[in-house]
Amino acid sequence: MSVIRTDHPFVIAGKTYSSRLLVGTGKYKDMEETGLAIAASGAEIVTVAVRRTNIGQNKDEPNLLDVISPDRYTILPNTAGCYDAESAIRTCRLARELLGGRNLVKLEILADQKTLFPNVVETLKAAKVLVDEGFDVMVYTSDDPIIARELEAIGCIAVMPLAGLIGTGLGICNPYNLRIILEEAKIPVLVDAGVGTASDATIAMEMGCSAVLMNSAIADAQQPILMAQAMRHAIEAGRLAYLAGRMPKKLYASASSPLDGMIG
Amino acid sequence: MHIQLNGEAYPLSESLSVAGLIEHLQLAGRRVAVELNFEIVPRSQYETTLLKENDSVEIVHAIGGG
Repeated sequence: MSVIRTDHPFVIAGKTYSSRLLVGTGKYKDMEETGLAIAASGAEIVTVAVRRTNIGQNKDEPNLLDVISPDRYTILPNTAGCYDAESAIRTCRLARELLGGRNLVKLEILADQKTLFPNVVETLKAAKVLVDEGFDVMVYTSDDPIIARELEAIGCIAVMPLAGLIGTGLGICNPYNLRIILEEAKIPVLVDAGVGTASDATIAMEMGCSAVLMNSAIADAQQPILMAQAMRHAIEAGRLAYLAGRMPKKLYASASSPLDGMIG
Repeated sequence: MHIQLNGEAYPLSESLSVAGLIEHLQLAGRRVAVELNFEIVPRSQYETTLLKENDSVEIVHAIGGG
């Protein structure tokens, strides 16, 4: 049975976004390339990390938030690098202060340096505290549908399962788990991490993801600004294909040209 | 006196407020956030929050990340 899909706006914490591509700001060669790539991507939500300020060094170093202005972009501070709930919660509180009281955060707690796989036990703990403290939590997690369900029940505003491990560019490694998460979730589901090239992003969008978050796929491309443009189109193409509804796959051929009126 | 600043011992020749420390570090006007002994110090309280011996201060900013 086929259902005509209707478009729904992409809404995060009460704000509607026209771009369904979220991008990170890490790994670029300099601030200029960061700014140009992000502009080319068309992204409206941009992730940043929160780190100790260098004391007595690089006083004239440009500040990321001067290049990626919070007036132009929605800044999504992450807790990347945190391995336990306590440090992630502290980081979110600092981020809220840094950004003038904005509650939007990307919760990401890692378990292991080799895989950067999410520690879902600590993630669940931190999510509870942060939701109670009024944060709007977009949460990076494994592609486990049960954990995704728990995070939604806690009150996270978006669930962001990995497509593949962070920085691997392997694409969607377990599309069947992602399908189950997509079927069950009532909040936006974003693929976060693992996208390698434009087709990976398109597949995620064709499957029905609300949006895709990526960093390395753009920053580690040979030409990041060009790849940012590619990703912008890939996300739009995937969304349109999702709404259009693909034709069924068939084993045997079906002629596109009519057989009537053949010569001879 | 000494404080712990971003994880390292940091000498202060005089007693300072958080605002004074920010000024001393030439970070005034920059986009930073401050945590004192694991509690956020709101910008509005920089002037009135005085640092004590062995206080643990974290000053953070935004950098590139995914």
